[in-house]
Amino acid sequence: MTMKNNEPIRKSELQEESLFEKAVGRRSFLQYAGASAAGIALVAAGCKKDRGYPDMNTGVTLDFKDDFGVLNYAYALEQLEAAFYVKVASAPPASFTAAQKAYFQDIQFHEIAHREFFKAALGTAAIGSLEVNFDSIDFTSASSVLGTAMAFEDLGVSAYNGAGPRIKSATYLLLAGKIVSVEARHAAYVRDLISNGSFADLNSLAPLGANNAGGLDAALTPDKVLATAGKYIKTKINVINL
Amino acid sequence: MNIVNILEEIEKVDGEIYERLNPRRAAMKSFFNIGKKISLAAMPLALGSMFQKAYGQTTLPTAVVDVLNFALSLEYLEYHFYNHALLGTDVTFTYPTAAAKTAITTIRDHEKAHVDLLVGALGSSARAPIAYADTDFRAGGTFATVYTDYNTFLAVAQGFEDTGVRAYKGQAGNLLVSPGVLQTALQIHSVEARHASHIRQMRTAAGSTVYKPWVSLGASGQANDSGVPQVDAVYAGEDLTVQANVNIANITGAPNATAAKLAAVESFDEPLDKASVITIANLFLQPGKKLS
Repeated sequence: MTMKNNEPIRKSELQEESLFEKAVGRRSFLQYAGASAAGIALVAAGCKKDRGYPDMNTGVTLDFKDDFGVLNYAYALEQLEAAFYVKVASAPPASFTAAQKAYFQDIQFHEIAHREFFKAALGTAAIGSLEVNFDSIDFTSASSVLGTAMAFEDLGVSAYNGAGPRIKSATYLLLAGKIVSVEARHAAYVRDLISNGSFADLNSLAPLGANNAGGLDAALTPDKVLATAGKYIKTKINVINL
Repeated sequence: MNIVNILEEIEKVDGEIYERLNPRRAAMKSFFNIGKKISLAAMPLALGSMFQKAYGQTTLPTAVVDVLNFALSLEYLEYHFYNHALLGTDVTFTYPTAAAKTAITTIRDHEKAHVDLLVGALGSSARAPIAYADTDFRAGGTFATVYTDYNTFLAVAQGFEDTGVRAYKGQAGNLLVSPGVLQTALQIHSVEARHASHIRQMRTAAGSTVYKPWVSLGASGQANDSGVPQVDAVYAGEDLTVQANVNIANITGAPNATAAKLAAVESFDEPLDKASVITIANLFLQPGKKLS
């Protein structure tokens, strides 16, 4: 999230805070509002929290205090990717070749598998379903679809890479590792469709944290990832304990 | 001597210097405050120990050093494999397109960058360099045509990349103790996956067989989808369909059981343990130079 949002706490949020306190006891938190289009709020919470408190407004809350927060973050991104590919696979751009249609169907299945895996693994700790906003995508245009696919895949890689060191459990870290390399394979494939040979153009990935001199792929912190992904998500995402 | 200026200069080439020095910038303020109190003569020493801590060259845990040296061995192998394909005088195949040679050059450059990065991170703990003369990419004759037949070269390349992805994945848990190192290893890991994806596309473009950019099942439903039975070990266990007790084949949305199983296999890449990776790597190292 770009920090254009270091605005003073607004009154409505203070009111929310007091409501919040009634529900769960004493806590102080500061909400950085202003990710207006994104509908994402980064909240720095000051006190220890228990699970199960009501989400602020009607959105979902990613609480990064433990691995469940990281897994829910991945679940949110997989929801976004799956929704995109379901739509592409159901009605691919007319100029897609048979091979491209088949591979985008494959990717659709992969992303659904990732989404449903996180949902099942998180159980009652899972966030709800996100509502997406694909108004900016022209699903009849190959260039729009490919460009969006590339953005999602590269962002996904940067998200898993950036979140990996936050994971405390070796089991969850391995599961994230099993998924991120598949996302990287997708990313390379889509990039090559757009421009053959750009599969690992790390210079072009520098804005996502890649480093060509070190041969290092993208890696971004969750706030930056969500600020970008937020354009495609209607549901408000609150981020705490980041 | 102005420490703030020094740090700002370093930040131009290493944007994460403050994070390396201390995860919390706030803590840097306390260092500056101490700096005001200690004598100028003592500053270089304080600075030196601070950087040592930041880059961890002498403080890496043994387990982390082992992982990095293991990774370094693999990166040396990959680098020499591609570098020789570009420069070796005994290479007789020709690249079908300029783009193909450019792609191999890109991958070679990344492997070199990984070697340099790991050597730098390990410092004096780095293993002895592996030279091209220490390698045997013909694998004792198993891949005798690796540098005379483009398709064989690409088949071995795919094996290297898919092994690399599995090797890094298998070691991630050992790096939990060093989040900074883990971060770097993850960033190498996904680059190897991008390479693997592209090599698989190059193989498809070079022949009549289709190799998916992601690891799938072979024609007979076996774990090895490379079409090269000699590299079965590279793909052992890649046919897993259950993750953390969740049967993935039931949740892919695929229209039938065959497609669902493929999707379950493809959607998760599997790790490979160190011993298995070493067995594979040793196929390509001369006697006396093998990993243990």
